[in-house]
Amino acid sequence: MKKFFSGCYVALVLLFMYLPIFVLIAFSFNEGRGRVWSGFSFKWYGELFQDKAILGALGNTLIIAFIASLFATILGTAAAIGIHNMRKNTRSLVKNVNSLPLISPEIVMGISLMILFSSLHITRGFFTMIIAHITFCVPAVVLSVLPKLGQINRHIYEAALDLGCNEVQAFFKVILPEIMPGVISGFLMALTYSIDDFVISYFTSGPSSQTLPLIIYTITKKPMTPKLNALSTLMFVVVLVILFVSNMNGDGASCKKSKKKAKKA
Amino acid sequence: MNNKKLRWLALPYLTWMVLFTIIPLALIVVFAFTTRDGNFTFDNIQHAAKYLPVLVKSVWLAALATVISLVIAYPLAYIMSNMRLNYQNTMMTLVMLPMWMSFLLRTYAWMSILETNSGLLNSFLGLFNLGPVHIMNTQAAVVLGMVYNYIPYMILPLYTIMVKIDRRLIEAAQDLGCNTYHVFRKVIIPLSFPGITSGVTMTFVPAVSTFVISQMLGGAKNYLIGDLIDQNFVSGGYNPHYGSAISLLLMVVVFICMGIFNQFDNEEMEETLK
Amino acid sequence: MMKGNRQMKKITALFLTFLMLSLLLFTSCQTEFEEVEDTSDAYFDVVVDDISYYEKFRDQKITLNIYNWGEYISNGSEGSLDVIAAFEKISGIKVNYTNYATNEDMYAKFKNGDQTDDFCVYDIVIPSDYMIDKMINENMLEKINFENIPNIKYISDEYRFTDFDPNGEYSVPYTWGTVGIIYNKKHVDPEDAKTWDILWNEKYKGQVLMFSNSKDAFAIALSKLGYSMNSENPEEIEEATVLLREQRSVIQTYVMDQIFDKMQLEEAYVAPYYAGDAITMIDGNSNLAFSHPKEKFNLFIDSLCIPKGSRNKEAAEAFINFVCETEVALANCEYICYSTPHSKARELVMESMEDWQKEISYPSAEVLSNTESFIDLSPETNEDLVQRWSDILIGINEDSWQSKAITPVAIIIGLGLVILVILMKIRRNKKRMNY
Repeated sequence: MKKFFSGCYVALVLLFMYLPIFVLIAFSFNEGRGRVWSGFSFKWYGELFQDKAILGALGNTLIIAFIASLFATILGTAAAIGIHNMRKNTRSLVKNVNSLPLISPEIVMGISLMILFSSLHITRGFFTMIIAHITFCVPAVVLSVLPKLGQINRHIYEAALDLGCNEVQAFFKVILPEIMPGVISGFLMALTYSIDDFVISYFTSGPSSQTLPLIIYTITKKPMTPKLNALSTLMFVVVLVILFVSNMNGDGASCKKSKKKAKKA
Repeated sequence: MNNKKLRWLALPYLTWMVLFTIIPLALIVVFAFTTRDGNFTFDNIQHAAKYLPVLVKSVWLAALATVISLVIAYPLAYIMSNMRLNYQNTMMTLVMLPMWMSFLLRTYAWMSILETNSGLLNSFLGLFNLGPVHIMNTQAAVVLGMVYNYIPYMILPLYTIMVKIDRRLIEAAQDLGCNTYHVFRKVIIPLSFPGITSGVTMTFVPAVSTFVISQMLGGAKNYLIGDLIDQNFVSGGYNPHYGSAISLLLMVVVFICMGIFNQFDNEEMEETLK
Repeated sequence: MMKGNRQMKKITALFLTFLMLSLLLFTSCQTEFEEVEDTSDAYFDVVVDDISYYEKFRDQKITLNIYNWGEYISNGSEGSLDVIAAFEKISGIKVNYTNYATNEDMYAKFKNGDQTDDFCVYDIVIPSDYMIDKMINENMLEKINFENIPNIKYISDEYRFTDFDPNGEYSVPYTWGTVGIIYNKKHVDPEDAKTWDILWNEKYKGQVLMFSNSKDAFAIALSKLGYSMNSENPEEIEEATVLLREQRSVIQTYVMDQIFDKMQLEEAYVAPYYAGDAITMIDGNSNLAFSHPKEKFNLFIDSLCIPKGSRNKEAAEAFINFVCETEVALANCEYICYSTPHSKARELVMESMEDWQKEISYPSAEVLSNTESFIDLSPETNEDLVQRWSDILIGINEDSWQSKAITPVAIIIGLGLVILVILMKIRRNKKRMNY
């Protein structure tokens, strides 16, 4: 009975989260533009693949997101460990600094970075955009790793040291595995933040770094083109398929891998 | 693992933050206190103070959205943390997935759902001869938009922390005669508090400074402080001095809000430790 | 091991996603490359007046950065001509095409460094009239060398020599249009739609949409009062402010591009908007109609300009010339739906237009005599208008007692909270001392 209720609850929340997505997908099959339904059509999918601007922007978005969140994860995880080992006062100070990018409105971050880059005479483009994305992704990583560190049982680490591990080994064998879920969710979060960011990207981008959100937000003179819905739909389907496949085969494959790992250890 | 050497791991991060967050934000503070010619002035701040009512409204709506998100997300995160590992992964991805699709496109989709005459919701209610409900262009729509957009940021930290809770503690509490309510009150909630803190931060802050949601779903009467900043920097005219002053005000208020909240956090943690 | 399992799976999933998507991307990039290179057979998408003019840029490895409004060029969708691709093909110049959302937006970006003396990022930008005026005044635009733009002969003089660029030295008109009233015939009396008063009419309370930008909003209010849209007179502006503040109770919401959906779905019945967009909306819903008010209304011109310091000025001029090719101008005009300043393209597009469309897009000289264009106002007035407008949007009325009271109250509450936090901290420290 309890299971049934919790199942219902999960379903309801998911419905809330996915209802707009279904609408979005439905409109990718719209014959016309905008939110007015004018007939079923696949044409926007065909046109999507003709549109170099959108495909190029998709590429930029993914490359920037990937590089930025990778860097942010490394930087942020190291930082979280550092912060965790600080004295209490320093720690709360640094934590406050960490929340600065989260607390300041995006537009302010964007403008302030733009002013910084132009006063340093850095030409805007890929490079500046990646810097900006790392900047707003790092705090998210730190925030998701820190609580994990708080939960680590200190004695395990000490035990590892006592049992002959050096500090580096103890770090990789004890601390890292313990905080790994936090690191991964931090990475995913950074990735997500980066993919969806418009405002900061807008002010730090140059002519060669057009991303998808930039295309979407600057369409102010015409109704939204369903090509973008079509693209979102495809991305959605791809991720869903991967999810499904990895759940089907994942167990077997990763079991083997973990066995190998066990042997090495 | 209180290791002093490990502190240095934060150094690259701190350098980064100083370079790309503190210095640029210092520039904003400078802007807030200067005129166009670079002279010192309090005018901008005074000007910004006039918008306090809007700020209060934004804080109120964002706080409401945060509480609703917490109430929805908490049970979900708990249920997720008790699922089979396979399902947990799937759920994680399902929670993140919507954020991969443009925020603007999703908000457009909400408009299609909520519109009074042509919206899906009212067509659905119409089938049962109910409605029509007027949600579009109200504060309710703004809060709904906020909850919808930022709830993943609430679910994820909560889930991350709950998965880590030692199930034996719960069993022990049950053995010692706690009922479900007490298990939650005395064990699960205190242990998940760090998750609640980061969840609330990550939901409240973007919600309080949002500007697209209020413009699209809120209609004429629900402009928020984020819209005002947007007006001063981008869509209205370009006045970085006023914009900076208003942003500064917003940041101060958010700092105060987060400060108060963190006080609760520490208190609760200490109680648990006792 | 369980944990390892979980991570591995997640990571695999992620990397797979990226692999697939980037694969998709690289194939697309490759085709792009080929298309720019592939010039062996003299096949081009467009017929141009003088092909040798474009040929000379080939193999110079020039990159042109174009900065335009989103979706404001014919881009190949729905069978239209892909202007950028056609230009790349014909000239061998590589184009980086980026977008902005508003004039102010673009200006902010230019002002803050993209266009400093040391480096120039953009070669072509397409601002509106008053913004061109502003940019000329602030020395942000290059004079165009019209020897490189033979196609300028097609551009009608009335759009070339304007208030904002009297000698036509800095800009080449791209599109133009008027602002009028779009309304729903089912719910609105056409008689009401002949004046701006309809936007204040209590009869349509909650059904009226309004521009969300200060420029257009104040223009309407000033024109309703019988003043110039470019008025800098503080009293007139104050009157307009009062009028716009009153209007809030009638307005459903302030919009820009969402107007298309709201009007077509009949969520709202009246709105002021641009003529070209009205045609798009009427095509989508035949209940809609468009009219010009009896008061003055705005005529806007968006023009191609070259920002100061452009490194590829000649290539930029070649692009401008290309946009003025009849076939290209026609394609753009059909795609964007705004009126074209290109005389030949105009003739061609008029042939395929119905009468009601002609009336909207190319009104008679008599109607057009009732228009006024925006010019750049003094920075003080501009600032004042923006501040007034955001106060109206936010709904702040400085005179009401609530807004007078709320500031001190909020400050007191804020201070109270700060003190509370400090007290809590002190209490806790004491407790700790006791332990």
